[in-house]
Amino acid sequence: MKNSEPKNFGAHSRRTFFKSLGTVAVTTATAQVQSIAAELEKANSEKIIGPAAVPVTLTVNGEKLKLLLEPRVTLLDALRNYSSLTGAKEGCDRATCGACTVLLGDTPIYSCQKLAIEAQGSEITTIEGLAKDGKLSPVQAAFVEKDALQCGYCTPGFVMSVTALLKKNFHPTAAEVKHACAGNLCRCGCHPHILQAALKAAGVKHAAKTEVVTYA
Amino acid sequence: MPNWPTETKYISHATPRIDGVAKVTGRARYSSDIQEKGWLYGMILRSKWPAAKILSVNLDLARQIPGIKAAVVAREGEFTVRYYGEEIAAVCGTSKQACLDALRAIEVKAEVRHEFVVNENEARKENAPEVWDGKPNSTTPRVRENGSVDAAFSECAAVIEGFYSTAVQIHNPMETMGNTISWTEEGVTAWSSTQGISSVRDGLAGSLKLDQSRVRVITEYMGGGFGAKFGAGVEGLLAAKLSKAAKAPVRLMLTRFDQALAVGNRPSSFQKIKLGAKADGTLHAFDAENYGTGGIGAGGDGGGGGGGADIPMPYLYKVPNTRVKQSAVAVNAGPSRAFRAPGNPPASFGMESALDDLAAKLGLDPVELRLKNDPNEIRQREYKLGAEKFGWKEKYKKPGSSVGVVKTGVGCAGGAWPAGGGNKNTQGEAQINPDGSIEIRLGVQDIGTGTRTVIAVVAAEILGLKPEQITVKVGDTRFPPGPGSGGSTTCPSVSPTVFDVCTKALEQLQTQSGLADARGKNWFAACKKLGVNPLVVHGKWQEGLSASRAGGVQFAEVEVDTETGFVTVKKILGVHDCGLIINQNTLESQINGGIIMGMGYALYEERVMDDLSGVVLNPNFETYKLPGIADVPEIEIILVNMPERGVIGIGEPATVPTAGAIANAVANALGVRVGSLPITPAKVLAALGKVPPAHA
Repeated sequence: MKNSEPKNFGAHSRRTFFKSLGTVAVTTATAQVQSIAAELEKANSEKIIGPAAVPVTLTVNGEKLKLLLEPRVTLLDALRNYSSLTGAKEGCDRATCGACTVLLGDTPIYSCQKLAIEAQGSEITTIEGLAKDGKLSPVQAAFVEKDALQCGYCTPGFVMSVTALLKKNFHPTAAEVKHACAGNLCRCGCHPHILQAALKAAGVKHAAKTEVVTYA
Repeated sequence: MPNWPTETKYISHATPRIDGVAKVTGRARYSSDIQEKGWLYGMILRSKWPAAKILSVNLDLARQIPGIKAAVVAREGEFTVRYYGEEIAAVCGTSKQACLDALRAIEVKAEVRHEFVVNENEARKENAPEVWDGKPNSTTPRVRENGSVDAAFSECAAVIEGFYSTAVQIHNPMETMGNTISWTEEGVTAWSSTQGISSVRDGLAGSLKLDQSRVRVITEYMGGGFGAKFGAGVEGLLAAKLSKAAKAPVRLMLTRFDQALAVGNRPSSFQKIKLGAKADGTLHAFDAENYGTGGIGAGGDGGGGGGGADIPMPYLYKVPNTRVKQSAVAVNAGPSRAFRAPGNPPASFGMESALDDLAAKLGLDPVELRLKNDPNEIRQREYKLGAEKFGWKEKYKKPGSSVGVVKTGVGCAGGAWPAGGGNKNTQGEAQINPDGSIEIRLGVQDIGTGTRTVIAVVAAEILGLKPEQITVKVGDTRFPPGPGSGGSTTCPSVSPTVFDVCTKALEQLQTQSGLADARGKNWFAACKKLGVNPLVVHGKWQEGLSASRAGGVQFAEVEVDTETGFVTVKKILGVHDCGLIINQNTLESQINGGIIMGMGYALYEERVMDDLSGVVLNPNFETYKLPGIADVPEIEIILVNMPERGVIGIGEPATVPTAGAIANAVANALGVRVGSLPITPAKVLAALGKVPPAHA
């Protein structure tokens, strides 16, 4: 393959960014001088990683995933494009839709906003990791039962957000479910059923609001 | 004439979606999940100019980026781009990162045209820059007139004049448009995120000059479409060209930004309506002028972006003296496409707003005014059912009579979907195996409405089996042809077809097995008698099992904060004609979805263009607001079950009346009309005279 690319192609790191600030930024900033200087020192002491691909080990759903990735590859892209774990979806790639939600430990995160190299050493759970021995988790089962999905593209994200909520709050209120899902978008408009499913999974009663009238 | 069974075990009941488990476990494979062996990532370079002549596109440097396997131009030679975001070139490579690098390395020489127009009101002016050279931006108005309109207004007891406008809405399915395409010696295989596998196949075959038999389109799962995903699109052609050049499968999904620029939207509308009625509320005269933009549209037709911006006026009502004048305006922006119930949500919003303004002037109750004038018997019934359930009589107060800073209001609106009905060309087949397993194959796709489940429910009902016993295969052009998923036609196309397939299959199974009734408990015994060969039976859509023309009405209750201008929807009640209900829970989901999308249209959604740069300012979800779970109110639904009508679709009708009902509730709360969607806090405050109106 021909290779005439500029040497620094794509090599924008936090480190080079701070370096490029140079003395101007440091001397003109006042209140932030200390923190910027500290950041600069830290950045200078960091080992340069990339821009070429580096070995990355992720722990996903309890299994080690060994990949070779450019450091700029996000966790979402690592899952979707470098492994067969395509359950987490890309809806926006900029932390607004939540389709890419996975758990880092017990915390739901937008995997499109986390570099894969930063996710090393954490327990990552994706939608593929929820069902155990072919048995759906209570949240998954409730989503199916309440028809809390249509096209299903946002579903993995919502399921992960609700799963994370129920890990720390066993009996959430409707308001708490809404808060937990505030970072997830659904265009088909499944929200009422998602709310019902979340409450159902938590064992909270919630009245359905549909009536069938036969036209006479 | 065939008839649906009257005693049912699954039809009209609630069967969980048969692909629900695949969707909640991440097992469902969407077009964007396809990882064919050796697949490459694809991306598109788009115009950064709203109008320019592209003189040359140099891909040499892009091709030298490590990992890049091919680069192609969107069009050969010099060409013109007419909007920000129009396709210029595409690249594919071993990673997204390589593609991003390559897009930056493409050199485009262009003669930038500084004269362009993105605002439809500017585009209509005499000296506006021409979007299509030598053609006026505005089409010649189409005029339709009945009766003596001018004279009729003088016979009215009350006349209102209003200006009602709606914004350009972007489809924004959660999965963007795109495909994975593999072009080999054998032909093209496209895993498309589409709502029309057949139309994508035919489109690709035509554009690539291949036999239709050499193009196969597969859509196992797709992430929503709402009207924007019927064709292969430029992105499909580019993916195919890249695959051919790179000799590898290419996954080319649009970015969220791409999606907002170039692959469809709902046209805007600017409706000037004059409406008059007799003292008893009988509508007597209607005079309206409407225009809207579908972006560059289809061009031709003397300019104006072709059709697509017209709306049905005076919508649901028969006014004896009517004049309607409509035109379409071209602007330098991405073209419109079909969008859930094309024409109807803006028409409902405009007309239903005008009706409420008239009701206020006549001192009539808005529900009464509709009962007086709506000729549709089903909607008459729905208004009565809905008003009672909603508590309309107790809740409705004269406009502006709510006291305090946060005012409450209620409103109602009607809607219709005049199309719908079944696609007569739908076919399907069943394969019954000697072990009793059964597979139904139909070349339709499940856009998320539950089409797979509908097929399983109907088959289970006819054959006396359980829905989970039916293996449903859809989303492949190798199956018998099915309809596109649009226009609320899928369920009324598919259900009668599966009815026919299964009825015939059952007859044949009974003949071959010698069992008089092969259903239910006899099923396995009958299948065993088939011996070694499966039974394959073909069937097609049958008349008399489906219907078109669905209507619905909705009621809304809102709170408006008069200090912030913020509108909170407290409740929506939807009363919808459902024909013969096939599956209640997926039906409910669709109605919820229609209402929530209508709520976005009413309050949040608007493509914002920058007049000076010609750029779409909100091509992402930070700035293009969709309703979130915390915005969604209590939704109550009355499903009006009319089995004698047969199967109808509900996707379109559910979204039509919502914006009108919410807008009327806001006007009822405030006592003044916000005539422009979306009803933003700024517009509410302007209507209250608290801030100056924004520059139109």
